[in-house]
Amino acid sequence: MRDAFDVFIIGAGQTPVGEHWGLGLRELGAAAIRAALDDAGVETADAVFVGNMLGGCVNGQENLGALLADAAGLLPAEAWKIEAACASGGAVVRAAALSVAAGIHDVAVAVAVEKMTDAVSEQITAGLATASDNDYEASHGFSFVALSALMMRRYMHETGAGREDFAPFAVNAHRNAVANPNAMFREPISAEQFARSPLVASPIGVLDAAPVCDGAAAVVLCSRDFLKAHHRPVRIAAAAAATDTIGLAGRADILTLGAAKQSAEKAFAASGFAPTDMDFFEAHDAFTIITALSLEACGFAPRGDALRRAAHGCFSPGGCVPVSTFGGLKARGHPVGASGAYQIVEAAAQLRGEAGANQVPGARVALTQSIGGHGSIAVTHVLEA
Amino acid sequence: MRPNREVGIAGYGAYVPRLRVRTEDISDVWRPRGAAAPAVAEKSVPGPDEDVVTMAIEAARTALDRAGTDPDSIGAVWVGTESKPYAVKPSATIVAEALGITPHVVAADMEFACKAGSEAMQAAVAFVGSGMVEAALAIGMDTAQSKPGDALEYTAGCGGAAYLFGDGSEALAVVEASVSHVTDTPDFFRRETAHYPEHGSRFTGEPSYFRHTLAASRKLLAEVGLEPKDFAHAVFHQPVPKFVERAAAELGFTREQVRVGLVAPRMGNAYAGSSLLGLAAVLDVAKPGERIFFCSYGSGAGSDAFCFRVTARIEERRRGPAVTDYLDRRRLVDGYGQYLRLRGKIRRS
Repeated sequence: MRDAFDVFIIGAGQTPVGEHWGLGLRELGAAAIRAALDDAGVETADAVFVGNMLGGCVNGQENLGALLADAAGLLPAEAWKIEAACASGGAVVRAAALSVAAGIHDVAVAVAVEKMTDAVSEQITAGLATASDNDYEASHGFSFVALSALMMRRYMHETGAGREDFAPFAVNAHRNAVANPNAMFREPISAEQFARSPLVASPIGVLDAAPVCDGAAAVVLCSRDFLKAHHRPVRIAAAAAATDTIGLAGRADILTLGAAKQSAEKAFAASGFAPTDMDFFEAHDAFTIITALSLEACGFAPRGDALRRAAHGCFSPGGCVPVSTFGGLKARGHPVGASGAYQIVEAAAQLRGEAGANQVPGARVALTQSIGGHGSIAVTHVLEA
Repeated sequence: MRPNREVGIAGYGAYVPRLRVRTEDISDVWRPRGAAAPAVAEKSVPGPDEDVVTMAIEAARTALDRAGTDPDSIGAVWVGTESKPYAVKPSATIVAEALGITPHVVAADMEFACKAGSEAMQAAVAFVGSGMVEAALAIGMDTAQSKPGDALEYTAGCGGAAYLFGDGSEALAVVEASVSHVTDTPDFFRRETAHYPEHGSRFTGEPSYFRHTLAASRKLLAEVGLEPKDFAHAVFHQPVPKFVERAAAELGFTREQVRVGLVAPRMGNAYAGSSLLGLAAVLDVAKPGERIFFCSYGSGAGSDAFCFRVTARIEERRRGPAVTDYLDRRRLVDGYGQYLRLRGKIRRS
């Protein structure tokens, strides 16, 4: 089995993340696709893969392939939706990359879109809970936040960490979002504000959690044969996915994100890079606990050591592996099924040297990891300038 | 919009119940540790014998006294509210009867969430302006509804005001123009059989309150050819004080221009009575020749904006209780439990 392939990102586009009261799935998705096509300098694509989580249960809209191929002016390209809970955005890029790597398509678009603000919080809470095990978790009243809270509580129990020790992840994300014009929260926060933030589901506070919001991000992928002189390609050196038990109860250790670990190991092996080669990491920081577990799963910290490293600035700008360089899910925003594609769009900007004030100096290789359903599914990409 | 003949306010009156509940008492029961402080410190609560009808009668009595108008000359009575005592049966007929205005009168209740009171004002201006009636009474009054523990419970207050419209030559303030701006925007609603209203959370801000308030306000300014600085006072619907401050700032009104008309910090949001109470507070202090800018907002959604010019008659009509008298006349209820009893929120069957 190979997870390495010669597929290139030649265009990237995104909408600002936020509360787009006047825009729906159609408008957001089409805007990101058109921006990515313009960036690539191509008019059309052979296929459109759409990543999305909540279209059916929250927006009452499935068949997003046809919706967006039409809205973006790409008819009659083949198009359909890829759903992998919160990892949909990462999964859709891998799916599009597979079609190009297989030689089926010369040019494929991967777009991921989420429209969350048309629904009230009860509907969103119910929608997000569909990523967990309905028979054994959601139907018994566990919300998505509550399950993450269990993991955080266990982490605190095992490591002796306090709530406030998770602050560096949120503080770093907010600081990095300040200069990102597409970010939802462009205000820095302090560790004190973090510690004071009201509880959502103990021990998770408001500032541990990424926001509910809208957004779409897209990349245009092509084969080596299709590359033109004017392209500024970013190579997908590896894309790998793995799964774990859907419910937390089935895991031997709820502090090891097995899918995240397996997908990262596959991506490293396929690309020939090691964690120490990564110039930065776009983490799935939906909750601070998930950032910590993702860092540990990817080999950026030993088990139980992510908070200590974060406290030493290891994951901040200039640290050993800067994380969430444009604000991450926490501060750029987490349009849930689209976040994985935002990570890749942002990583591409870094690797092209187009990240402006957020630029990681000399960035050449990057890791992105999109995690769904408390680690039951993960998609990891290694990108290379 | 302008009527065929000049129309103005002949008399006005306000009413706010005496009782208040501290919003801290609500926080203590419902809010998570570390939550932000409530938007207002206290809000008005109806006493055991107060409802929209009794409060409307009280406010209208002051309006009629101030106008010195013979009840027989009043040809229309509209009560704008979203907390009418009867789901089916007009409040306006009770009010009209109590004031001696029946039987030759058009009477009905208006429903447009928090815009119901200004909707009644638009209709009154039209009825008087067309010459169909000599005088028309428009009332906005609410004992505002909110689900226990909901964000709205920290602000939903009680009160309102009544406006008697008549010929412009006799008015204490004339209507120079008005506009209405509505769209189908479901930001807040209560279904037929539901006990409490629902709202779209943050959707009630940008695409709802601000969009309609700003659009109606800008259209009115364009229609009368005036700028914010031409007005002595500006009054807006006041769900929370910061909404008013932001809307005013975006339109170019100063904090000083909205200060007098901002009553929510002392009593909460009286829904259909909110902006009408603010206007009454401004009329309590306005000077002849001053212009008053007024813009309501009601969920569902829409805004009515009015441009008023105060006349020399204002001074002689200003007898009776002022809005500040009602705001100063206050007694705290004994905690959240008593508040629940007074608001009928404890289910007993």
